[in-house]
Amino acid sequence: MRRRTFIRGSAAVAGGLVAAPAIAQGKTEVPFFYPVAVGGPITKIIDGYAADFEKENPGITVKPIYAGTYQETIVKALTAHKSGAPPVTSVLLSTDMFTLIDEDAIVPFDDLAKGAGDAAWIKSFYPAFMFNSQTGGKTWGIPFQRSTIVLYWNKELFKEAGLDPEKPPANWDEQVAMATKLTKRDASGNATQWGMQVPSSGFPYWLFQAFTTQNGVELMNQAGDTTYYDKPEVVAALQYWVDLSRKHKVHPPGIVEWGTTPKDFFERKTAMMWTTTGNLTNVRKNAKFDFGVAMLPAGKRRGTPTGGGNFYVFKKSTPQQREAALKFIRWITSPERAAQWGIDTGYVATRPDAWQTPAMKTYVQGFPAAAVARDQLPYAVAELSTHENQRVTKALNDGLQAALTGAKTPEQAMKDSQAEAARILRPYKK
Amino acid sequence: MTRLSASIHGWLLLLPALALLALFTHFPAVATLIDSFYSTPRGARGSVYVGLDNYLTMVEDPVFWTSLVNSIWFALGTIPISIALAILMALWVNDRIAGRTLVRMAYFTPTILPMIAVANIWLFFYTPQYGLLEQVLGTLGVPSHNWLGSPSTALTCVIVVAIWKEAGFFMIFYLAALQQIAPHLAEAAALEGASRWTFFRRVQFPLLMPTTLFVLVNAVIGAFRTVDHVIVMTRGGPDNATSLLLFHLYQVGFSFWDTGYAAAITAVLLAILATLAFGQYFFLERRVHYR
Repeated sequence: MRRRTFIRGSAAVAGGLVAAPAIAQGKTEVPFFYPVAVGGPITKIIDGYAADFEKENPGITVKPIYAGTYQETIVKALTAHKSGAPPVTSVLLSTDMFTLIDEDAIVPFDDLAKGAGDAAWIKSFYPAFMFNSQTGGKTWGIPFQRSTIVLYWNKELFKEAGLDPEKPPANWDEQVAMATKLTKRDASGNATQWGMQVPSSGFPYWLFQAFTTQNGVELMNQAGDTTYYDKPEVVAALQYWVDLSRKHKVHPPGIVEWGTTPKDFFERKTAMMWTTTGNLTNVRKNAKFDFGVAMLPAGKRRGTPTGGGNFYVFKKSTPQQREAALKFIRWITSPERAAQWGIDTGYVATRPDAWQTPAMKTYVQGFPAAAVARDQLPYAVAELSTHENQRVTKALNDGLQAALTGAKTPEQAMKDSQAEAARILRPYKK
Repeated sequence: MTRLSASIHGWLLLLPALALLALFTHFPAVATLIDSFYSTPRGARGSVYVGLDNYLTMVEDPVFWTSLVNSIWFALGTIPISIALAILMALWVNDRIAGRTLVRMAYFTPTILPMIAVANIWLFFYTPQYGLLEQVLGTLGVPSHNWLGSPSTALTCVIVVAIWKEAGFFMIFYLAALQQIAPHLAEAAALEGASRWTFFRRVQFPLLMPTTLFVLVNAVIGAFRTVDHVIVMTRGGPDNATSLLLFHLYQVGFSFWDTGYAAAITAVLLAILATLAFGQYFFLERRVHYR
């Protein structure tokens, strides 16, 4: 009996194998580039999503392809686009929107949307996340794994310094005052513990944008063809950042490495740090002390840029594939999944109704820090993104690093950056 | 066998290698050179012939010049020191010392580690305050310094990593060459009462020249080709202080998607490397004793 079941079982498996290609021909295949290296917990979650989606939609095969970092993924996607066989959909940086449009690589979601249901879905996300997803009256990206900058503080070090451990700095002046108290020096005057640190390696523009937003100024226009790097408010924001290390001496001098900043925080070398909400799970696991998460302190106002990745749909695909991709993206961004994705990864759940789901409510109750990023969203602005995006942001990055290392004054650095950005953007002015 | 059939035979034997070289080396090099005279296609706008425009852009691009100067310093910083270290290490582990295999292995280990992993480890060595370097210097009373975060020290830090990584690799070549040197030369020198230094300078070093030439050519190409640790450790920063030519090229090509300009930089890089390689063969060949 047992043996017969076994034989029948293997026959079914064999039959299944033979039948599979026949079914596959009637299936719509959706190759999906996702920016993560192979292996690890994230790939497991994405694989799970693809399998669950296929179970509910037997006519569609979603093929996740893990393509490395964001940078490597866009290189692969655009190279594939140029050779004529791009993925049907991909998660890429929200700031890559203009690059993808200029390469004529993607289609707007408005063209894919059919009926009121799809239109309402496009409107269901936090407006802060849509700033980087829309231009020229069209929606080119759908928010998926998005983040903002928040302030993490070490409550124990606050207590040691005689500060209220439950009260993070609320504005720029308090930030300097508290950081001064939190900076410790040894006998020869070398700092053994810094009051705060804001990373400035790699992509300093992102963190700088928090300073400028707080100082009440935007770095670019929504059309993505003009930057305002040399406005006096921008220079003043940079002066504040530079002063933290040069004048107040509460912040490490020179360039602060992005990658080692969380470690500096765990090692108690800095009492406060600015970094992405994406580090929340990391900090929760590795901080051996009581820590807090707060909105960034206000200058003239509160403010942070958003960051992270959007879904895009590529142009070189069949109508069936595009329809299937839209179905998949709608499915994966539904409130329940957006909530679960946020809980599993630390990204900010992208739509208000996700925060109303029972799973998310329970999570926030047990870990209120998770809601800080959400509460900061009303103050959030679009991440710096223009035509020729990476080149224009590099112009700013170079200027910022020149000012932070003391090679140029903030005025001079921003003047040079603006001149360079204006030169690059000249062909895009209409 | 006739002359003709012999030469056909010869070409047939060369064909597989020739086809691969032509497909993956010669054709792309020529195509790149041609592309460098065309503008970058953007979406609907195709590429058009622009003559030397891309090269003029290069002349006016300050980051290009910074990167070129950085690359030259990088080459000057890494090549002589890593070759000297390689010879020193090879001489040392060529002798009969206790634990010779272990020492050889230790010297060779950096070579087999992936550069990305190595750069990540060094990133933490250089971390201000609690990094390994800081802890060692801290006990000696040296004030804390942001090694990768200051334009004055960042490039040197990157050079040190490259030397550490390359020297062991070159050591292997020198070790192999040293073992080819006939032992009677050492015995003869010992009988003549030559000092160790004289023996090295008059016998070993000249006999190592073919290896030195080979290593030198490789080291020069390597110096212009290394970019992984820059990507991991500094991303060309602060303010382009560690931007090497190839890193700049990568950024222009795959971050800025300015493929026309990237092709022009590639052409210049190829020209530099070709000149250096030919120059080395031309000038050093005469000083090399082949046996």
